[in-house]
Amino acid sequence: MVTYFAGVTDDDRVFKALADPTRRFLLDRLFAGDGRTLSELESEVEMTRFGVMKHLRVLEEAGLVVTRRAGREKLHFLNPVPIRLIHDRWIDKYTERQVSALADLKSQLEGST
Amino acid sequence: MTATTPTTVTTQVFRVHIKATPEAVWEAITSPAWTARYGYRAPSEYDLRPGGAFRGLANDGMKAMGAPDVVVEGEVLEADPPRRLVQTWRMLFEPSMSAEPLTRVTWEIEPLAAGISRLTVIHDLDGAPIHAALVSGDQLEGGGGGWPYILSDLKSLLETGTALMSEA
Repeated sequence: MVTYFAGVTDDDRVFKALADPTRRFLLDRLFAGDGRTLSELESEVEMTRFGVMKHLRVLEEAGLVVTRRAGREKLHFLNPVPIRLIHDRWIDKYTERQVSALADLKSQLEGST
Repeated sequence: MTATTPTTVTTQVFRVHIKATPEAVWEAITSPAWTARYGYRAPSEYDLRPGGAFRGLANDGMKAMGAPDVVVEGEVLEADPPRRLVQTWRMLFEPSMSAEPLTRVTWEIEPLAAGISRLTVIHDLDGAPIHAALVSGDQLEGGGGGWPYILSDLKSLLETGTALMSEA
């Protein structure tokens, strides 16, 4: 696995970022409508502006949120790629094994042994 | 909770860190030999100057499913190797797609720490809801994973030498 900073992998950051209901809620809001300002996001959470900023920073460090400037505004975008990376590296690995185990079982059961 | 009316943003942003030089990432995006090896495994042809043509060609599997020879069309707007590529982009798999306006894709490649590049794909999809649904990767059934799938596969290929699915 690629480690960009001493001891902390990208996957660690993503799992840590996702392990919080407020951060998952913020991601859900971006999924529903992408490219939002801090003020827009703040208006939907019962939390101080500072608190929302803190959560957004964790999401940004995990790569789950990417910010872009549009004129005077900073827009927050949901970046689904880190979740896809985890899916491709972890989940596929196990589902493939299940599928091939089932295929083995099928061939064994159907085989004329 | 009264939300401020969110302005409808039709841009999608995708970002991935890749352990490769910007030059290698640029090559993997713009050369037909590389583009045939990851994502949808179809060669892309770029005439890398403003006004130059971009063509995404169908692979054999796509042709077998009735796709036209050119499945994605567009034009190069800006080419600044190996850092920035801006192009228009429109899929031609079906009439419903080719009827949508040209969308705009910006590729940004930034070198980070030694040997690591940050690739950001910004896709402006104004007036193109079918394109937007397909490239987002939300529709795993029909769309095949969109940009998240392509970029994950590109990372895998550049870092390990093999793509996620075995190459046919």
